[in-house]
Amino acid sequence: MTATGFASVYIARQAVVSTSSLTYAGFFFALYVAAHLVVRYAVPFADPYLLPIVGLLTAVGLTEIYRLKPDDAFKQAGWIVVAVVLFALALFLLRYDYRRLETYKYLFGLTAIALLVLPVLPVIGLTVNGARLWVHIGALRFQPGELAKIMLILFLAGYMREKREVLAQGRLKDWGPLLVIWVLAMLVLLETKDLGGGLLYFGIFLAMLYMATARIAYVSAGLGLFLIGALGVWRVTPHVRERVTIWLHPWTTHKVYCPLSGQLDLRQNCQSFQLVKSLYSIGNGEYAGTGLGKGTFRTVDGKQIIPDLNTDFIYSALAQELGLIGAAALLLLYMIFVLRGMRIALLAQDGFSKLLAAGLTFGFALQTFIIVGGILRLIPLTGITLPFVSYGGSSVVANFLLLAGLLLVSNRANREMLR
Amino acid sequence: MNKQVSHIGVAALVLLAALIVGTTYWQTWANAGLAERQDNDIRLVAQFTIKRGKIYASDGRTLLATNVKKRVGGQTFYFRRYPTGPLFSDVVGYSTRTRNQSGLERSYNDYLTGSNANLDTVFRSAIDKLKGATVTGNDLVLTIKPGLQALSRRLLQGKCGAVVAIEPSTGRVLAMATSPSYNPNLIETRFAQATRTTLPCGAPLLNRATAGKYLPGSTFKMITAAAALDTGRFTPDSPFYDPGYCEEYGKQVRNAGNPEAPETFGNVNLTTGFEHSINSVFCNVGKALGAGTVLRYAERFGFYSLPPLETPENERVESGLYFHGRLFRPKHPDTEVDPGRLAFGQERLQVTPLQMAMVAATIANHGISVRPRLIERIVSPGGKTITHLKPEQLGRPIKRQTADELTQMMELAVTGGTGTSAQIPGIRVAGKTGTAEIGRGNIHTTWFTAFAPADAPRIAIAVVVENQLNGFGGTIAAPIARQVMEALLR
Repeated sequence: MTATGFASVYIARQAVVSTSSLTYAGFFFALYVAAHLVVRYAVPFADPYLLPIVGLLTAVGLTEIYRLKPDDAFKQAGWIVVAVVLFALALFLLRYDYRRLETYKYLFGLTAIALLVLPVLPVIGLTVNGARLWVHIGALRFQPGELAKIMLILFLAGYMREKREVLAQGRLKDWGPLLVIWVLAMLVLLETKDLGGGLLYFGIFLAMLYMATARIAYVSAGLGLFLIGALGVWRVTPHVRERVTIWLHPWTTHKVYCPLSGQLDLRQNCQSFQLVKSLYSIGNGEYAGTGLGKGTFRTVDGKQIIPDLNTDFIYSALAQELGLIGAAALLLLYMIFVLRGMRIALLAQDGFSKLLAAGLTFGFALQTFIIVGGILRLIPLTGITLPFVSYGGSSVVANFLLLAGLLLVSNRANREMLR
Repeated sequence: MNKQVSHIGVAALVLLAALIVGTTYWQTWANAGLAERQDNDIRLVAQFTIKRGKIYASDGRTLLATNVKKRVGGQTFYFRRYPTGPLFSDVVGYSTRTRNQSGLERSYNDYLTGSNANLDTVFRSAIDKLKGATVTGNDLVLTIKPGLQALSRRLLQGKCGAVVAIEPSTGRVLAMATSPSYNPNLIETRFAQATRTTLPCGAPLLNRATAGKYLPGSTFKMITAAAALDTGRFTPDSPFYDPGYCEEYGKQVRNAGNPEAPETFGNVNLTTGFEHSINSVFCNVGKALGAGTVLRYAERFGFYSLPPLETPENERVESGLYFHGRLFRPKHPDTEVDPGRLAFGQERLQVTPLQMAMVAATIANHGISVRPRLIERIVSPGGKTITHLKPEQLGRPIKRQTADELTQMMELAVTGGTGTSAQIPGIRVAGKTGTAEIGRGNIHTTWFTAFAPADAPRIAIAVVVENQLNGFGGTIAAPIARQVMEALLR
């Protein structure tokens, strides 16, 4: 633990060098130590790798945000404090037995739906970049979808644990609540036009269904339904059609209709502008990167080249400055996190814990894949945050709660083993 | 359940591994392709962190392109300034952020940014990058003489056209002026103003010297005469009878001048025909040789291929026959091309001033054509000359004897023929006028191509002036050529 703590310090030091701001590093280190002490006290048997990895990821993210937009780094630091406090609270409250959460599964399911519905509501709902994902109350703005993800996983873990045998038999009446919540969630997503979120929830659902029932047929059927659904959405929603076009043909050699300006233009100057510029940014990193603080994100006139650089597109900023070596190292951190998460699920004794840990871990991996894969043109691009790294309060809070969940499961599993 | 959990775990890891593969693809394999894209702002920004090499005229002192340092958001950028403004813009071009590049700024970008493959430069640039020092490009020194260039520009003032002057023995371009021109300093900020012109012909961004397509008129008779003599079918003394017109396809094609009363010369020979630019004589020569032979000689002089020069390819065009705006290479020239009109430079011929200057230079150089060159030498920031102009022969389109006979005929055209206004006292000038009817009444494209001194040529020149009402090559273009030649020779 001490060794990994040092690693975190080291990363924080990196932040010092590039940001020339000692306060950030000191603050961050103190926060890390606090989180570490909480973990030692509340969940002493928990997996020792997860918190240092999260510390590293958060430090890298904060550093890059500071480099791109110092004001945002300050706000992000505030959100990290909030997240760590909630994280500590969750660990304290649930340190004896988190499994009582299972009894509230329907409450979680309904809350998840309610959270997803929130942005659609008038007055408090807010549309940003074509997707209605935000809620604002006064000056406070947040994306409830991030929290809904955790709640949905809790609900699915609870419900599927209870009904896994009957679900495997395939009786319609047991599918009822699942399908109802499911259809509702999808409708909400269609309404909010949050494609990344939709893909994420659906992926989590399928993965957990497979783990609970061991029925590959369900997964195939689910994927089939998804394809049909996707095709339907593709046909009726121009927003989605555009995303796919951008994905398949980001560059054109002759001018095409540009819906943004209403005139003819090359697609790389119009809809696929952001994706293409982000690819240039990644490409410019080459093997070793330009070095932190030395990347090019502004034109000669000082105009920002890629919009939303510190949220959805933070990966392309990191890939430019850290190069292939740094970007691959970052992705390896995500892979280690996933490995540890899955190990927790394997070691857990009961079905609910297994489903919960595996669901949270898979959700974490899939979210990373959706945003980075979108940026790398592996899949159509949809806006979603990169866990622990992107700028965004709701995302940081939700992901720290995700971490709390994994640590709780891990603590219990390891304690049982020792017994 | 553990089996399924492991499956999902593996799936999650595969997804993340795919991200590493994807990143690797863009950062290594696809990177070169991304870097070349025109809209790659990051590469564009990188270009402005490099201190581009300067560009000088032939004296090595007159600055044609230099840099202005500016700090934006903690980074130092170098922006281009062109102290001579429109004087050299068609050759030097411009390098800006929004309008990309043109001219030598574009074709010699590698040298100017220190990214050329020359060993010395590669080493120096790599050291600069490692040290974090500003990468400095190599300087270009051109062959163009600043005084001659300024004079050429001044003589073209208020007219549309171009002047190209070449040193025949080495191919050095001594002057390459075009009018209207533009101020490269305004391209970035005031593009509309930079490209505006009061002249009716418009298109100030076009380098008329290398990409302007003009009907050659009688200047093409140099090539017809070269073919006539070089094939041995005619001698300078071959007799002709000029009735004032030439019969083609049963119709009369009249000589130049007033169509109601064409000049009629009666009994003449080839030399007189050249001296007085008699269309009927060349019409008959063309019919005798056939269009194929004349075109073959044109090709030997460089027609039908891009004139070799250091400017970007898209700023040069081929000379030759054009059909519907595209270069036309007849499969059966003897049936598809009118040999009579071709012979005196009408038909569908389109030529560039550079090409006609090359023809004059080849004749001046006793039949050997030399590659025209704009760059005298390239100098590294340390002052070391990386490359130096080496004259390069392109070929021998005509025999030495043919060239010398042509020289005599061209001299006669200046001493007592159509080009008398190009005479320079004490210096033997050889020249050929051209007045092309462009099919709009009495509006002509006027030409003069010449070289001097005829016995030991130091300059070959082509001058074209567009849209001259009742103007002739001998009255409009010849005096311009004379003044440019005189300025160099005196």
